[in-house]
Amino acid sequence: MNEILEPFAGGILIGLGSLLAMAASEKVPGISGIVARVIQAKSGDTAWRGVFLLGLIGGAALAFAMNLGPGEFSVPEGRSLTVYGLAGLLVGFGSRVGGGCTSGHGVCGMGSGAKDELLYTVIFMATAALAVLAWNITTGGGAPG
Amino acid sequence: MRMAVILLAGALFGAGLVVSGMTDPARVISFLDFSGDWNPALGFVMGGAVSVFGAGQWILRKRDLRLFATDLPDTSSSPVSKRMAIGSAVFGIGWGLSGVCPGPALANLTELHREILVFVPLMLAGMFAAQRIFKLDR
Repeated sequence: MNEILEPFAGGILIGLGSLLAMAASEKVPGISGIVARVIQAKSGDTAWRGVFLLGLIGGAALAFAMNLGPGEFSVPEGRSLTVYGLAGLLVGFGSRVGGGCTSGHGVCGMGSGAKDELLYTVIFMATAALAVLAWNITTGGGAPG
Repeated sequence: MRMAVILLAGALFGAGLVVSGMTDPARVISFLDFSGDWNPALGFVMGGAVSVFGAGQWILRKRDLRLFATDLPDTSSSPVSKRMAIGSAVFGIGWGLSGVCPGPALANLTELHREILVFVPLMLAGMFAAQRIFKLDR
């Protein structure tokens, strides 16, 4: 049951947070765009972004401390730190060139009913699934259990 | 007041990532794994988030409701950009390899997992490089 309820409840919180952030910031609150504009700040409009990210990290820390959610962090066997470093580069580079990530294109874009955002979401879901497939084929195994 | 609302918005978002299980890379990878035991659970995260955001912004626009003196951004469809399509494809490859996207990467920071401590700085470097190379808005 929790396999459905927790993801759904978490999704509702994510949607609410995105909605509130949009209404208060006048911007589409995608995480990759917010982060990028904080690390490369050239205008004065970075304060709300920094505050939002502090809230995100703090809210997550609070939820971990309260043992909300499945509370697990596991990495399927075989994915080394090198893989995580490379993935970090691809995620950072791709989300900026792509103009958004799971939150901006996915939650906000699809939630707004924008067709181009739906397309970008389908593209990154597809290449993510292909990356998992390619990983499984080349390493000869899927994610354990 | 506006900043307090944004802090709350961030906290809801971060807590939502933890509650939903998006902060567990193995769970995300199993959601993306259609070849083996596909675990559809995380589809409910996107479902819940898109419904709430979609319905909420529709009501705000329809009723012309505004928080503070702010306006809502334009979220209507734009022409598809080749650059953004390719970037999205690259982002997806990184997401599939690691099971981590930007929000969960930050949400996991205080837990100090080695994978995340490697991932986040390189994610920032990738963003910085993209901004430089493509001269993106700021």
